[in-house]
Amino acid sequence: MRIQLAATGEGFKAPSAKDFNLPPFIDGVAFATKPILLAFLSVVLISVFFIAASRKAAIVPSRLQFAGESVYSFVREGLAKDIIGHEFLRFVPYLFTLFTFILVNNWFGIIPLLQFPTMSRVSFPYVLAAITFFVFHYVGIRKQGPVKYIKEIMFMPGVPKAVYILLTPIELATFFIVRPLTLSLRLFANMFAGHLLLLVFFLGGEYLLMGAMGLKIVSPFAFLVGIALTFFEFMIQILQAYIFTLLTALYIAGALADEH
Amino acid sequence: MTNFSYAAGEELNPLIPHTAEIIAGAVAFGLLYLVIRSKVFPMFEKAFAARTEAIQGGIEKAERAQQEAQAALESYTKQLADARGEAQTIREDARAQGVAIVEEMRAKAQEEAARITAAAQATIEAERQQAITSLRNEVGALATELASKIVGEALDDHVRQTRIVDRFLEDLEKSKN
Repeated sequence: MRIQLAATGEGFKAPSAKDFNLPPFIDGVAFATKPILLAFLSVVLISVFFIAASRKAAIVPSRLQFAGESVYSFVREGLAKDIIGHEFLRFVPYLFTLFTFILVNNWFGIIPLLQFPTMSRVSFPYVLAAITFFVFHYVGIRKQGPVKYIKEIMFMPGVPKAVYILLTPIELATFFIVRPLTLSLRLFANMFAGHLLLLVFFLGGEYLLMGAMGLKIVSPFAFLVGIALTFFEFMIQILQAYIFTLLTALYIAGALADEH
Repeated sequence: MTNFSYAAGEELNPLIPHTAEIIAGAVAFGLLYLVIRSKVFPMFEKAFAARTEAIQGGIEKAERAQQEAQAALESYTKQLADARGEAQTIREDARAQGVAIVEEMRAKAQEEAARITAAAQATIEAERQQAITSLRNEVGALATELASKIVGEALDDHVRQTRIVDRFLEDLEKSKN
């Protein structure tokens, strides 16, 4: 639609937030949207891959099992074990699900034909951050009891009493507002901005190609930058999945620790 | 939350969540969690545990083999030492036996020598006696003959003859002394 506009010479319309509002492809069915479909597609892909990889559980792994195990042990050893410590094992399924789910949905942003990062729809990061929020508070309350847990958050031990006037609101805000909010917004904003950036360069390049002769010459540069940014996005997508999982592990570790 | 229906490309605040997406996101994530919790996690952990066990089993096996080799070495060393000791004993026994045998032989040889010497001496003595007797008889006969010739008197009587010879010999021995 926009390309048509460009071709008919109505001028270039820069991509904006409204490009993320994809309408349902079946009229009136709110769940029949691209991001929702992608989220479920990721569930199918991840499940199929890791069930196939782990099915045999051989001591000497096949190539497929080795690939699956590499990702699994990256989360298990690098995130869960190193950060949470001796109680890490029961959090491995959650952290692993979190990492793979975010990673694959992020990758959808650059996978040809799909090309839409699910996490650029803020609802998904909100859901994930909310789950992490409940998980780490639940773990802390189970471990230390509700009173002691809240008390340790509000009154950090080893601090002069007067400082609590300042510290208690900050700590409460950190634990109940800042953490879930930053966790979700960081992921959302990165994916949103990344996708927008790619749109600008590819749609811009396309528009230039349709334009006058002078503009046609510049067009390949826009595409080149777009391709370079795609590689850059690839790394950011991995990084964001890693950071989300890392922070979740840190919050769980903090809730499990006796003193914050 | 926005309502379910919105037009394509409608300008919306991107920070406001969408109800359908929240439900879908939670369901999708929950589904994936269940799959990983029930299928992937136990199998990977099983593989990890099996691998750890295999490695530990290998280490234990190697340790056991080493202990066995050590025990065998000790046993061999001990056997060797025993054998050496035994050889030493045998050698000493042999030496002692050799010494005993030599001693015995020497004793026997000496005895034999003594016996031979004694026998020889006895023979010599007997022969001497015999020679003395025969010499005495011969000398007696000669002397008698000589004397009878000289004296002209036949001393036929044997007893007398003997007496004369004995006297003669005694005189002879006396004069020798």
